[in-house]
Amino acid sequence: MSLGSVPLKYKISIDRDQCMKCMRCVDNCSYGVYRIENDKILIDSRKCTACHRCISMCPRDAINLQEKPVDYRSHPLWTAEAREDVINQARTGKIILSGMGNARDYPIIFDRLVLDACQVTNPSIDPLREPMELRTYLGKKPAKLEFTKNNGDIDLKTKLAPNLKLDTPIMIGHMSYGAISLNAQLSLAKAVAKTGTFMGTGEGGMHESIYPYQDHTIVQIASGRFGVDIDYLERGAAIEIKVGQGAKPGIGGHLPGEKVCADVSCTRMIPLGSDAISPAPHHDIYSIEDLAQLVRSLKEATEWKKPVFVKIAAVHNVAAIAAGIARSDADAVVIDGFKGGTGAAPKVFRDNVGIPIEAAIAAVDEKLNEQGIRNKVSLIASGGIRNSADITKSIALGADAVYIGTASLIALGCRVCGNCYRGLCPWGIATQKQELVDRIDPEVGSENVANLINAWTLEISELMGAAGLNSIESLRGNRERLRGYMLDQGLLDVLKIESVGA
Amino acid sequence: MEPLVIDAKGMHYTPLNKLIREAVASGVKEIVLNNVLGQRFIGNGVRGDAKITINGVPGGDLGMFMSGPECEIFGNAEHAPGNTMDYGSLIIHGSAGDAVAHSMRGGKVFVEGNIGYRGGIHMKEYDGKRPILVVGGTSHAFLGEYMAGGLILVFGIGQEPTIQDRGIGSGIHGGEIIIRGDVNEKLLGVGAKKVKFNEDDLERLTPVIKDFCERFGIDSSQFLDTNYSKIIPASSRPFAGKYTWE
Amino acid sequence: MCGIIGVIDRTMSRMDGSSIKEALSLMDERGSGEGAGYVAYGIYPDYADCYAIHVFFDNLLEPKTMVDKILQTWGRVVHQEEIPTYEQPGLKKEHIPWRYFFKPYTDLMVGTTNPDDDNVKRLVMSINSTVEGALIFSSGKNLGVFKASGWPEDVANFYRIEDYKGYIWLAHNRYPTNTSGWWGGAHPFNLLDWSVVHNGEITSYGTNRRYVESNGYDCTMFTDTEVVAYLFDLLGRKHGLPSETVVTALAPPFWDEIDEMPEKQEEFLRTLRLTYGPALMNGPFAIVVATKDGIVGFTDRIKLRPLIVGENGSRLYISSEEAAIRTMDPEVKTIYMPRAGEPVIGRVTI
Repeated sequence: MSLGSVPLKYKISIDRDQCMKCMRCVDNCSYGVYRIENDKILIDSRKCTACHRCISMCPRDAINLQEKPVDYRSHPLWTAEAREDVINQARTGKIILSGMGNARDYPIIFDRLVLDACQVTNPSIDPLREPMELRTYLGKKPAKLEFTKNNGDIDLKTKLAPNLKLDTPIMIGHMSYGAISLNAQLSLAKAVAKTGTFMGTGEGGMHESIYPYQDHTIVQIASGRFGVDIDYLERGAAIEIKVGQGAKPGIGGHLPGEKVCADVSCTRMIPLGSDAISPAPHHDIYSIEDLAQLVRSLKEATEWKKPVFVKIAAVHNVAAIAAGIARSDADAVVIDGFKGGTGAAPKVFRDNVGIPIEAAIAAVDEKLNEQGIRNKVSLIASGGIRNSADITKSIALGADAVYIGTASLIALGCRVCGNCYRGLCPWGIATQKQELVDRIDPEVGSENVANLINAWTLEISELMGAAGLNSIESLRGNRERLRGYMLDQGLLDVLKIESVGA
Repeated sequence: MEPLVIDAKGMHYTPLNKLIREAVASGVKEIVLNNVLGQRFIGNGVRGDAKITINGVPGGDLGMFMSGPECEIFGNAEHAPGNTMDYGSLIIHGSAGDAVAHSMRGGKVFVEGNIGYRGGIHMKEYDGKRPILVVGGTSHAFLGEYMAGGLILVFGIGQEPTIQDRGIGSGIHGGEIIIRGDVNEKLLGVGAKKVKFNEDDLERLTPVIKDFCERFGIDSSQFLDTNYSKIIPASSRPFAGKYTWE
Repeated sequence: MCGIIGVIDRTMSRMDGSSIKEALSLMDERGSGEGAGYVAYGIYPDYADCYAIHVFFDNLLEPKTMVDKILQTWGRVVHQEEIPTYEQPGLKKEHIPWRYFFKPYTDLMVGTTNPDDDNVKRLVMSINSTVEGALIFSSGKNLGVFKASGWPEDVANFYRIEDYKGYIWLAHNRYPTNTSGWWGGAHPFNLLDWSVVHNGEITSYGTNRRYVESNGYDCTMFTDTEVVAYLFDLLGRKHGLPSETVVTALAPPFWDEIDEMPEKQEEFLRTLRLTYGPALMNGPFAIVVATKDGIVGFTDRIKLRPLIVGENGSRLYISSEEAAIRTMDPEVKTIYMPRAGEPVIGRVTI
């Protein structure tokens, strides 16, 4: 007790002249900020997470939220956050758990990259007038065409390995049922089916209400093997082995028992209320040849009909690791950058471990090219992709497609308050409480997510057209069409791009 | 119906598995594989109720994702037999490598001899499915690590004590590990606790003990007493107290 | 920018360079007087089995000593000489053009089924990226590139191309934006048997370049056109694709067209596109590529650059402008415009 309390994170105030006491704020806040006493709405700002649910539901715009309402003595090193973390840990002796992605103020490389456009020497293309191809195939590509000549005809000998066909290079990343609600997952599933792309199931099995959309899912097999059986593997259009996650490289995950409700327990195939623990490594993968064995085991189980992806966190040696994966029969490697989101991660990992996705894409693409094995795997980038420009830049750096996660949740209402791990998400996303889950109507939710994907697809088409490209193959790895703005030489060398003006 | 006999000498596992899969699908109930040597993934993802006899030494991930068949192996098994197995059984007349029954969710794996490290790691149970791993000999370290459900039973035939390696039940949060004789407390992993094995336990486990002994022609009466140690989770939420909120 | 013209006599009857000089000069409006060039096949019958290596030397001291040494290590120089040139008032002689007739030692290359070509290809890449003051700009058998900075007629007169007789000629009139005045930047670009003239800009250059580099080619010419020669060498020579298929890989039909095709064709084109996605060329271009066996001309998939074809008996002409063809051959019989991405192929028939 001697430490006392720390200042409020947020301060909520109500403009009493505007307020009509409709009580929507009271009803909507799942954190208990509002209560009614003697016909008056009382506020407990300390409980506020800045999720904005009350603000978005207030018909009179009567609610105001102020971040950090109390000043500390300013200090460049001992920020308020640094001081509060110390106080928290002095009080509890525990690891600090945080939600959403990396919250440290690292420079964002995407924002230091600029795209090219045509002027005079080549014409830009208007995607509304002229053909524009964003179709993307994910999977192994042959190194060369094998054929036999037959009286002037060509008979193809090459048989393509199974590839996923995407209408747009935007997919939705793995967020498990359990981490997010069924209505949230259902909204995402309907959206990818509408937009001709795919979503990841996460490590949580597949709930039967997702079955109608299973042809648009990539089923995940992670270290906990939750919900994994032969039926599950056969349902997915592809299978993804999750080795690591950008938000917390090198550690596993724990779905707290309170999120394991009856339905989650059934989908994951674990007892009600028990912690679902995903170990840090796969305990049948302690070396690269073990990964190859798991890849082949999954292919063998599904009769070599499905592409197998391998997801790793972007760590220092990501390029060499990806080159190892490319030799394993895997069809795609997923690289998750250190700004990737998560339901829960130890803060010290979230903010300090891993490397940014931009550098990881460039390094991996370069290494695979250098070794002449770029065709053996597709490269999927994820972790902190916020808009169509980030996607276009990722592809120009060498990615085949991207996964988005947080952005798709924002399309469902998420305001990035970062309290996902508490299971009280007032938007009905990161929660299993039925009254909160019901706040998402999957029809409306899927419409919003599909709108986002369509809007970004359109923007990518416009950016490509402006650069005089009518096929996404010609954007991929086309680093000539990127320039670095205020990036240091070391990073320009890694990204293999020139500075602006060069 | 005559058993289907396949000479697996020099065969790659993909065509071998294809033959097995097709045979099971067409209703063959008994398959005999001769000269097996190192072929991985035998029975991988196969459904049905066939019996597959394996003569030789199969490669890793034997019966992975398998759902139904029984494989009886006359030889040792390598890495991770029963990996993520769903249902069915592996009867191994020999020993097996590391990570036996890794993430197994149903069915049974019987190993007559010894198993390597991390046996039964992250086995889990749900509803009617409760995986069983029984070992005639001994096990190396980290037996039942991260165990979330099911049963591991180690007899320690010809061993004294049954287990000498550390980390038993490290991170266990479900299921039970039964070890013949006493177990030194020092060998228990984080989150594991040793409790008394009583008559009720014996009654519960008698069918498993008899089943195992029958399969390997061992006299079961010598094992039908309460001279076992029972290792269970100290909590079903071993990590609950580890974190504070941001 | 730029004008191109190419001709083949399918019976291999040889033409001297005078008429193509006139045709190219007719298209002076398309250039800027800063680069022009010609390539002719069949011009060195006396050394037909040697690689004719044309080099620009900045001087005949260090660079030439080094090139001599490298060539003599990897093969035998059968004959060498300065390429005869004739001073032109409008053309500054920046380099000394030199030619070697070279036979590589076959047994020095390992790990290849085509040791001679791979040896010479490697020498070209290595000399161009490591020997300062030397640039190999032509390396095929019984063919030669002649190019410089200047107007087409000045360049033609500088080399007196009317003195050479070939059964295939390609010519190019340059309007540079990137590397003005550099002789190496003029077209045609050549590697081994492949020569390329190109009008336009390849917006997919970065992607194409990474693809050829990952297959063992070094881009040293600072321009997008060289990548076309390497793509043809990789797909045509190394992977053995017929010219039509190479063109289809570089400028394939659109997916919505492929989706509508009969199954076998759909599978073929889908496989081709998936295999050669990084080789797909985007942006405005009209290109004519030559080998000893023929020429192939094609444009980008949405026809952003002009290309006209003319035929007269055994002769096939491909050019940016009809007038240039008629200048070369006033008797030309057929004139037509090929579809976008459609290969126009003239093959030697004997």
